[in-house]
Amino acid sequence: MLSTWFPNVQWDVLLEATKETLYMSAISVVVTFILGLGLGLALFLTSPGNLWGNKFLNSVIAIIVNVFRSIPFIILIILLIPFTRFIVGTMLGAEAALPALIVGSAPFYARMVEIALREINKGVIEAAKSMGATNTQIIFKVLIPESTPALVSGITVTAIALVSYTAMAGVVGAGGLGNLAYMEGYQRDNADVTLISTVLILVIVFVIQWIGDRVTSALDKR
Amino acid sequence: MINLQSVRKVFQTKDGEVKAVDTVDLTIKQGEIYGIIGYSGAGKSTLIRILNMLERPTSGTVTIAGKNMSELSSKKLREARQEISMIFQHFNLLWSRTVRENIAFPLEIAGYPKDKIKQRVDELIDLVGLEGRGGSYPSQLSGGQKQRVGIARALANEPKVLLCDEATSALDPKTTDSILDLLVEINQKLGLTIVLITHEMHVIRKICHRVAVMEKGKVVEEGDVLNVFKNPKEAITKDFVKQVTEPEETVDTIKQFIEEFPEGRIIQLTFIGGRAGQPLITELIRNYDVDVNILQGKITQTQNGPYGTLFIQIKGSESALARAMEFLNSVQVEVEVIHNA
Repeated sequence: MLSTWFPNVQWDVLLEATKETLYMSAISVVVTFILGLGLGLALFLTSPGNLWGNKFLNSVIAIIVNVFRSIPFIILIILLIPFTRFIVGTMLGAEAALPALIVGSAPFYARMVEIALREINKGVIEAAKSMGATNTQIIFKVLIPESTPALVSGITVTAIALVSYTAMAGVVGAGGLGNLAYMEGYQRDNADVTLISTVLILVIVFVIQWIGDRVTSALDKR
Repeated sequence: MINLQSVRKVFQTKDGEVKAVDTVDLTIKQGEIYGIIGYSGAGKSTLIRILNMLERPTSGTVTIAGKNMSELSSKKLREARQEISMIFQHFNLLWSRTVRENIAFPLEIAGYPKDKIKQRVDELIDLVGLEGRGGSYPSQLSGGQKQRVGIARALANEPKVLLCDEATSALDPKTTDSILDLLVEINQKLGLTIVLITHEMHVIRKICHRVAVMEKGKVVEEGDVLNVFKNPKEAITKDFVKQVTEPEETVDTIKQFIEEFPEGRIIQLTFIGGRAGQPLITELIRNYDVDVNILQGKITQTQNGPYGTLFIQIKGSESALARAMEFLNSVQVEVEVIHNA
């Protein structure tokens, strides 16, 4: 039945490609979360009038974030080829896509983290200060816990963007569903392969959104 | 306990310098409830934040419990802040934490062990009357309950000083009174020094021992609450005192009475301290040949005794009136003749 509808789909290859997409997305989401959180905190904390208020540092971080956020992803992959070769040792396979995925999405998430932190009631930070909290205590006991719903919904949006980035990375040889759709689907004129790859990517995106929404609302006690 | 010497705070803005606090000297004694009243923009919020160095003074010294606050290292300042708690107009609770966890927050900061925290939180929940609400999140509480959590949290580290930043301004009158009662109870039970800022004279009247009136960054008047009520010097102070003593309709009522009862005298009696309780009017009617008509009156309780005003009309022969006035002047009541027919 499946073979009549999708005559050109090799199911083991499709499964392999799905695994690659999930692998690239999962690893890059985790690393993006950590890096983006750090960068976002740095952006927030160095902004004028804040805990580590420092105009110079703030503008340096802001420039780095803006530059990497603005470069179109497909160009970023090419620009990062030497860096990727140095880190991963190859330009082929799922691992080779990771540096570009992370460098492309961490600054994006950092901005979301910064926005989430700005939403925190200033009075709560003042209250923590008035109790004699250290900056580290303020970061880990106030800033991060009080912004978790926004941090989670932000990483959900970022994760979905990352899934589409993996598809683009696939075109330049990183494997995954994007690669399959392009090489097997488009290049060989197998529309059914393109279709099923698209459907699988959509399923992944919907699942991520569903999980993200559930976690966000469970965490939000406001 | 708390001493401020020529404290100034100047903010640089696009429109030039703004003197938020302008050369303020204050002394606040151990165990007293000290009120700072002023309209918004008077600089009282800045002043109270200078006490725990949330705002650094531009110049001047702040000494609390023998420590010069502006000279402390950041580590010493954090230790000092654990002894100077603060509660806020908008409570500033962590919404991600339950009531218990909010109260535990300052204890975590101070590095208490887990079992000690639990025990202390239980005590505090009892103290502020939040039994059974420990597991609720702030969003599930009323304003009054949130402020109770704020107070419990502020008391967790057994502070010496409690700063109240418009602590009741976001609450309805009934809840305000219950929170004020709680503050008095804490002040008496724990001997805590309380400094509060407010724009409501009602708050000063109900719980403060001493009061400072702020206008444009300066303290324009200061003293025992009762003395300030008795003898307000500045126009702004008189305005504030009127908030609680003189019902707004009084002036109209008196005018109306003058029109309706043109004979006799209309007199305003101001009672201060113990005298408010004495049966002055009874004595007046019994011993002098005059008729007394009570037009309007209000007696309010302050922490240092009652305070009140009474408007009366007295009628009688010229000589009886003279003797009655003599009597009134002889007792410790301030007499002001408003209308003399």
